[in-house]
Amino acid sequence: MKWDEFFVTGEPMIYAAMVSIVVVSLAIPIALTYFKKWNWLWTNWLTTVDHKKIGVMYILAALLMLFRGGVDAILMRAQTAVPDNGLLDGQHYNEIFTTHGVVMILFMAMPFIIGLMNVVIPLQIGARDVAFPRLNAVSFWLFFSGAMLFNISFVIGGSPDAGWSAYFPLASLEFSPTVGNNYYAIALQIAGIGTLLTGINFLVTILKMRAPGMTLMKMPMFTWSVLITNVIIVFAFPVLTVALALMTLDRQFGTQFFAMQSGGMDMLWANLFWVWGHPEVYIVILPAFGIYSEIISTFARKNLYGYKSMVVSMVAISLLSFVVWAHHFYTMGHGVMVNSVFSITTMAIAIPTGVKIFNWLFTLRKGKISFTTPMLYSLAFIPIFTIGGVTGVMLAMASADYQYHNTMFLVAHFHYVLIPGTVFAVIAGFHFWFPKVFGFMLNEKLGKLSFWFIAISFNVTFFPLFILGLNGMTRRMYTYSESTGYGPLNMLSMVGAVGLTIGFIILVYNIYWSVRYSPRNIKSDPWDARSLEWSTHSPVPEYNFALIPTVNRLDAHWFAKKEGKPLATGKYEPIHMPNNSGLPIIMGAAFFFWGFFMVFSWWIPAIVFGVVILGTLAYRTFEKDHGHYISVEEIERTEKALRGEQHEN
Amino acid sequence: MKIDHSVPMEYSTDENKMKILGFWIFLGAEIALFSTLFAVYFTLQGNTKVGPTSADLFHLTPVMIETILLLSSSFTIGLGIHAMRLGLKKPMMTFFGITLALGAAFLGVEVYEFVTYVGEGATIQTSGFLSALFTLLGTHGLHVTFGLLWGGAILLQIKKRGFTPETTNKSFIFSLYWHFLDVVWIFIFSFVYLKGLM
Ligand code: HEM
Ligand SMILES: [Cu+2]
Repeated sequence: MKWDEFFVTGEPMIYAAMVSIVVVSLAIPIALTYFKKWNWLWTNWLTTVDHKKIGVMYILAALLMLFRGGVDAILMRAQTAVPDNGLLDGQHYNEIFTTHGVVMILFMAMPFIIGLMNVVIPLQIGARDVAFPRLNAVSFWLFFSGAMLFNISFVIGGSPDAGWSAYFPLASLEFSPTVGNNYYAIALQIAGIGTLLTGINFLVTILKMRAPGMTLMKMPMFTWSVLITNVIIVFAFPVLTVALALMTLDRQFGTQFFAMQSGGMDMLWANLFWVWGHPEVYIVILPAFGIYSEIISTFARKNLYGYKSMVVSMVAISLLSFVVWAHHFYTMGHGVMVNSVFSITTMAIAIPTGVKIFNWLFTLRKGKISFTTPMLYSLAFIPIFTIGGVTGVMLAMASADYQYHNTMFLVAHFHYVLIPGTVFAVIAGFHFWFPKVFGFMLNEKLGKLSFWFIAISFNVTFFPLFILGLNGMTRRMYTYSESTGYGPLNMLSMVGAVGLTIGFIILVYNIYWSVRYSPRNIKSDPWDARSLEWSTHSPVPEYNFALIPTVNRLDAHWFAKKEGKPLATGKYEPIHMPNNSGLPIIMGAAFFFWGFFMVFSWWIPAIVFGVVILGTLAYRTFEKDHGHYISVEEIERTEKALRGEQHEN
Repeated sequence: MKIDHSVPMEYSTDENKMKILGFWIFLGAEIALFSTLFAVYFTLQGNTKVGPTSADLFHLTPVMIETILLLSSSFTIGLGIHAMRLGLKKPMMTFFGITLALGAAFLGVEVYEFVTYVGEGATIQTSGFLSALFTLLGTHGLHVTFGLLWGGAILLQIKKRGFTPETTNKSFIFSLYWHFLDVVWIFIFSFVYLKGLM
């Protein structure tokens, strides 16, 4: 490979990006050195095994990726805002919709969800950490190195350009000769291993570490949703692992899995991808349902309506999610029988989903609703998501799908489920649990302002795409001529995208404003909420609970408040905590370099870093690390400070 | 850390119990992984194009040897865990050692097989069928290779540290892994080799 192929050249936008990358990556270490913050960063964050801090790092990374994916989105909308636009050429547009899709789903939505999971789940079940804190840090660093690897592709070597679904033969070496799709295969592989480990970790955590008395049917709904989600992760992600490995083998080792001429099968890729891909969309939506359930019952001041049917419908959705994958390619030539079966299974998902919608509505009924920012997002979710769901049923009809397939109608549909479903949920959860982690609230006025911008602009951006799709505008089309008449609605959509951007800017400004000015004297339970995480201090001490609560019913914290009885009594005992470790980040770095050299087929350094990875594993198995104890005096001191502070201010 | 003496040592702490459950869940994921590879293999099995078919390629003898080696290694690791439960360090280490030796022999035969296939012009690049075959067998073989490294590391720890809640836990989990590889091999033996010879 020549050097001028190594760096992406010839594009002013790319040069600008390169400059900004260099500036940022110089600025960060300089600032850290200047403010003498290296040590603080290393001991408090980079080596941490504390689930709350890991959660915060996940969310920070997800926000960063939201920015990246959002820039991609704005560029696409700008390109298609007017007919025959020359802002981006076809190749560039291909790369941008591909990275937008991958980044948004795998490096934004999932990590945001996993971040909230990390912050909330141990607190919600009354535990002091996850089952395997060290493994949890490994998960984070694998996700992070996968994300970074994917993101450098646009300056070094070139981005993938075959869509986020990377269908063969388009993604084969023949039609995508740059290293772009190697990045896709390797970066997702690394991040995917991290996700699988998260799945195992949280399953064990929820199954084994619940507070005494918390039976499965007394768990908060968010915990239930995460439990089910992680079952899906454990069974779906290995399929992705295999699919990506076969992609790497085909592209870099000359195998014949997906090439027709030597006995491969291109549809094999489509099947493997969607056997993982459809469950994947439920991985990002089920926890969102859990978040909404918590928020709606908190701010309607009522217990969740139909708890059991909520659980049953989530289990049903998780099972169905594995048997619908072929609805993504009705038009690709399987017979009537197959299409009919998958049509029916797909429509069947609407039933448990509908049950949930009605449960939320019944929870709201006669509730004393307080319209906080998290609640506004939850209330907006119900109708907007329903539009997404109804158009989903339209797409599920195989014969009708011949009309909608691969049009902007589909693009509108999946944004209508992903944004009100997942993105609104993580933003709502972010506002809701923020005070628990940091001990102060985000400003409600700014929060509501950004909500209105986001909710309205979302519809302005995406509703026109339904109509454009029905008028025949296909997806992934980088430009169109004026005679198609697509211009005005695309312009409208661009206006909406600008509004969305403003909404997100206000959201970020709100974080800044609140860090500076928000009052710090909040109590442990500022929202008057229902589940266990609100029974400990805000911010949560390192050990979460000085005394482990005992639970005898759903919403035990709520009833304890009502009855004035504490959930936990007894004397403090020394608390066992895991030690920090630098190994996970080293492992993440080793994976990053291994991945980078794999992408370019530079085998010797790739093998060297493969050995380094094995070395980190060997180090781990021989290491003796029994954690440490927090003494009773220290607990007393911390508890007193946490209580005292709240009085002083 | 609380140690419960009423159960075998590998289960004796909460952490140990969680690790064992976690590993069972991991094996669930491994089942999904190998199922996918089998599905790929069955899909592409008939697509031999210019290359040899399974009937041309497979011979029963080396495969039988591999099977016997791996099955007996599963038996010896079972004996090793039994010895561990009785607190017998030497016999436990011997059985683990035999297990790893049998695993290495298995790998040797598998590599020999691969070399033979390639010698007959059947490489991973030849046809869809061969790509799927080599990938399925290779993934299993890589698991065995990793198992040799892992098992070796555990043996060293048993030697240095004796039976502790940690080392017994690791040994037990390793035995689960090893049995699992055996189960996968039984599927490979039946549905790849025997079926392919027919
Ligand atoms: C924030 C506002 C967003 C805007 C303005 C936006 C806009 C777009 C546009 C214009 C396309 C390409 C349409 C085409 O030409 O085919 C697209 C594709 C896509 N978007 Fe978004 N999007 C946004 C957010 C999201 C989010 C939050 C997700 C996921 C969680 C997401 C997932 C996807 C996926 C998977 C694709 C398909 C990529 C492909 O075709 O391979 N988007 N989006
Ligand atoms: Cu689907």
